[in-house]
Amino acid sequence: MTKIDSKIPAGPLAEKWTHYKEHQNLVNPANKRKIDIIVIGTGLAGGAAAASLGELGFNVKVFCIQDSPRRAHSIAAQGGINAAKNYPNDGDTVYRLFYDTIKGGDYRAREANVYRLAEVSNNIIDQCVAQGVPFAREYSGYLANRSFGGALVSRTFYARGQTGQQLLLGAYGALSKEIKRGSVKLYTRREMLDLVVTGEGKARGVIVRNLFTGEIERYGAHAVLLATGGYGNVYFLSTNAMTSNGSAAWRAYKRGAWFANPCYVQIHPTCIPVHGSYQSKLTLMSESLRNDGRIWVPKNKEDIEKVRSGALKPKDIPEENRDYYLERRYPAFGNLVPRDVASRAAKERCDAGYGVGNTGLAVYLDFKDAIDRLGKEVIKARYGNLFDMYERIVDDNPYETPMMIYPAIHYSMGGLWVDYELQSNIPGLFVGGEANFSDHGANRLGASALMQGLSDGYFVLPYTMQNYLADQITVGAIPTNTPEFDAAEKAVKDRIQKLMSVNGTETVDALHKRLGLIMWDHVGMARNKEGLEKAIKDIQALRKEFWEKVRVPGSPDGINIELEKALRLADFLELGELMARDALHREESAGGHFREEFQTPEGEALRNDKDYMYVGAWEYTGDDKEPKLNKEELKYENIEVKTRNYKTA
Amino acid sequence: MDLKLKIWRQAGPTAKGQFVDYDVHNISSDASFLEMIDILNDELVEKGEDPVAFDHDCREGICGMCSMFINGHPHGPEKATTTCQLHMRKFKDGETITVEPWRAKPFPVIKDLIVDRSAFDEIIQAGGYTSATTGGVPDANAIPINKENAELAMDAAACIGCGACVAACKNASAMLFVSAKVSQFALLPQGKVEAKDRVKEMVAKMDELGFGNCTNTYACEAECPKEISITNIARLNRQFIGAKLG
Amino acid sequence: MSNKPYYSSITKKIVMSLMGLFLLTFLVVHLALNSLILFNKEWFNEGAHFMGTNWFIQVFQWVLFGGFALHIVFGVILQIKNWLSRPKGYKRRAAMEQSPFSKYMIYTGIIILIFLVIHLGNFFFVKMGWIGGMPLTASGGEDMGQLVINLFQHGGYVAFYVVMILLMGFHLDHAFQSAFQTLGLNHATYWNFINGLGRAYAIVVTLGFVIIPLFIYFKIV
Repeated sequence: MTKIDSKIPAGPLAEKWTHYKEHQNLVNPANKRKIDIIVIGTGLAGGAAAASLGELGFNVKVFCIQDSPRRAHSIAAQGGINAAKNYPNDGDTVYRLFYDTIKGGDYRAREANVYRLAEVSNNIIDQCVAQGVPFAREYSGYLANRSFGGALVSRTFYARGQTGQQLLLGAYGALSKEIKRGSVKLYTRREMLDLVVTGEGKARGVIVRNLFTGEIERYGAHAVLLATGGYGNVYFLSTNAMTSNGSAAWRAYKRGAWFANPCYVQIHPTCIPVHGSYQSKLTLMSESLRNDGRIWVPKNKEDIEKVRSGALKPKDIPEENRDYYLERRYPAFGNLVPRDVASRAAKERCDAGYGVGNTGLAVYLDFKDAIDRLGKEVIKARYGNLFDMYERIVDDNPYETPMMIYPAIHYSMGGLWVDYELQSNIPGLFVGGEANFSDHGANRLGASALMQGLSDGYFVLPYTMQNYLADQITVGAIPTNTPEFDAAEKAVKDRIQKLMSVNGTETVDALHKRLGLIMWDHVGMARNKEGLEKAIKDIQALRKEFWEKVRVPGSPDGINIELEKALRLADFLELGELMARDALHREESAGGHFREEFQTPEGEALRNDKDYMYVGAWEYTGDDKEPKLNKEELKYENIEVKTRNYKTA
Repeated sequence: MDLKLKIWRQAGPTAKGQFVDYDVHNISSDASFLEMIDILNDELVEKGEDPVAFDHDCREGICGMCSMFINGHPHGPEKATTTCQLHMRKFKDGETITVEPWRAKPFPVIKDLIVDRSAFDEIIQAGGYTSATTGGVPDANAIPINKENAELAMDAAACIGCGACVAACKNASAMLFVSAKVSQFALLPQGKVEAKDRVKEMVAKMDELGFGNCTNTYACEAECPKEISITNIARLNRQFIGAKLG
Repeated sequence: MSNKPYYSSITKKIVMSLMGLFLLTFLVVHLALNSLILFNKEWFNEGAHFMGTNWFIQVFQWVLFGGFALHIVFGVILQIKNWLSRPKGYKRRAAMEQSPFSKYMIYTGIIILIFLVIHLGNFFFVKMGWIGGMPLTASGGEDMGQLVINLFQHGGYVAFYVVMILLMGFHLDHAFQSAFQTLGLNHATYWNFINGLGRAYAIVVTLGFVIIPLFIYFKIV
């Protein structure tokens, strides 16, 4: 087993980051303009990093898959962003945010990274306010907070149900400012299809496809930052955007970067249930709804039948016949347990036959008590836009009848392995935001994704990348006419040619849906050995079928949406297998990874800290060869490792 | 549901486009409009034809990527709804649905229903931000902001930059988009520092890019999926006059 | 931003709206004067005489022409830019405008301009002695009132005049609130009032101009 150096600075936890900054290498202002940096992705992490690096004076090339940086999927985050400001005076501290995040992640995240995240969380709020992000405010004119799952304090800042949008527009503004200034060059409608690694093993560029012209383009730089988000779309149905994909990370993996903890995916408990086979995506209902909504299912199966036949309305089921199962099982946290716990509890009820709706795969999220207590106007002010969205999609009025919700794939905690500096094992390749594995362990708490993205982008990468770039100032411009670039470009073109020439009978989406079902059934909310082994076989067979039967019409020149999707699916078909492998090897239940064989008698997740308290970082060894597992041991020196308990405080 | 579709097909930016008729069958009324187009595209791909190219991404009404001029309205006839959140239950069985791209000189058609909206990014680059750089900013609570102004700023900031206002406006004016950004910052103390330059630069860029002039018809407000108010346009005008006068 | 002289879209519109508001006030004065004829032809003639001889009014009428000219020139420039902004239109476009007459401002504007020329021909040019004769009063003065009454004896002319005034009313209906919006004077607390006032103005002025020829034609006065 390789000894992994995660470059955690020495010293007490609370001083590590300060210590790092005090001793790191810097690049002098005149030399910064000699350094090129490529940033892939313009979400919170990529956008913030590109803007901040540009401000410092580096030459930044930033790439986004959509027509504008402002469309990145960070925009869809609804609920909020955490910070340890303790404005409400309810006892929050940096340590408590750190503690909650580690505990919420089921003790599978790196202490030093998480502490730094909690530490800079306060700077993020300051920064965003300075950018003009219109956070919610109290009548005093000061910032408002609300509470989120997994915390006993109110530390979540929000901008209605559109926090991600507002934060992204803030970062996009900062980025636009730098584009105007000329320090950042923006490339839109580009998709990264390969990473270029030089003979000395350094990441020095990327191969991208121009989605408008179909041209394959090459770009060189002294360092590459991937901020390409998560891989939830491997399941086909998820709350991710349609173009969210795992290809950039996967291509980096195939060039030698380790992929860490791929089996940790988050299933969000409050999504609008699936309604049909033609469905293209799932819609999230913000976790903030659990502040005021109560989750329940009927106690009697007869009631469920009556509701289904229309003889009974859900709101007419009497109190004593309702099972508020989260409040029953977790009295201390109630409806605000972490997402993995809430999701599994919903699945448990539905599997037991108490699920509602036509499919039996839904539970109620009820606002009646909140409306009675606070009045409809207050609820409307808090969640009006979410209620409207629900009504548009489902055609039911949540003010009058309880919402129906069900868990759905939402976020991937796993991602490319990075050290304390957010640098992968390939020198010069940095990874930020959801694309890395770093801060959330096996489960992410609500309102922490935005925090991590912006922390990486504004306050971590601009420092740590400099530390790496300090000795690159003499290298000179990176040429792109090298054999490595030629080879990478050829590999991309060959892959495209191969896909175009299959000329089979199956559409990309049809195959993707089948992959999604395999993943959901066996690598979803509950996993077991047998299912995972079957999943690996099924995915391999499906991958073979894909390369024999996929149909990509048209030509690779110009816009070809089927080709784009096929390239992404080809990578998902490999990534899915790695996820299953990781899930199979991890013989414990932790956070988003729940192995049915490993649970307490009450059905709670059962960790195995003795054997699995490590980061599983997978190393590519060749197509159709088993990947190699590298383990980074996790040490908890500042926190007592316990079984997560949300029953008592 | 069975539907007849009249969809604008255009192979490339310089190609001559035309409407092509398609029939789709057995569409669930619970499907979204884009899912209906997905089904059509699946059929086209199976027949070996080029699927209809259209912009879309988050499919939950926030990224602003989806467009389409449906039955005479940007984002279709349902109020305050983006195309991706428009559901087929809003149409009648057997209905003929006309689908066109956004039409405006600064939004050239790239393919089929995809238009290039980078003009909006250029307008933002002209000044749609505060110039605060990372770090060195005061504590977030150092600047109390009147709740009413904060709410109004949020109302304006809710703009998703989809371009429906331009598509709806008979003059292809971008005033609602520009005014939303100008208003957000005009209402907040952080934005006041650069307010004068911001409004002048953004308006100049908007004019330069070839958007039309606002003639106060308010089609933009009626069609905006985020219901951005035309009072923002008045605020933009006020800001502009103030900036020019002093 | 370049330093060369540049009139932004908003600057042009502000000129449009200021000139528009100026013309709106002029119309009120014009209507007030016209309505004198309903009471007494002599009053009307005295009013006309005052307007025709007072030095301030004499100077001001050229300011008024200037206002018209600016309003028209800027309106046409803005409209051309607007047409150019959408080189290819929609096959199917619903009526989405919330100010219904706003779509036709250029057309109602052009019609008003044509009417203005004819109108000037009928009254102003006659008065200036450029075309045709002016009726005289018993004392030998100019009888503008009689000129008006003579003209409105022709049913066809009355109908033409009424239609033109109605079209002008449509123009005015949009004009009033539009000017306020362009000048940035739109606020939730008084916007409904401005809208209402604009509509009331359009209706009152239109009705005022319409009833005068009708009253004369049907000999109600």
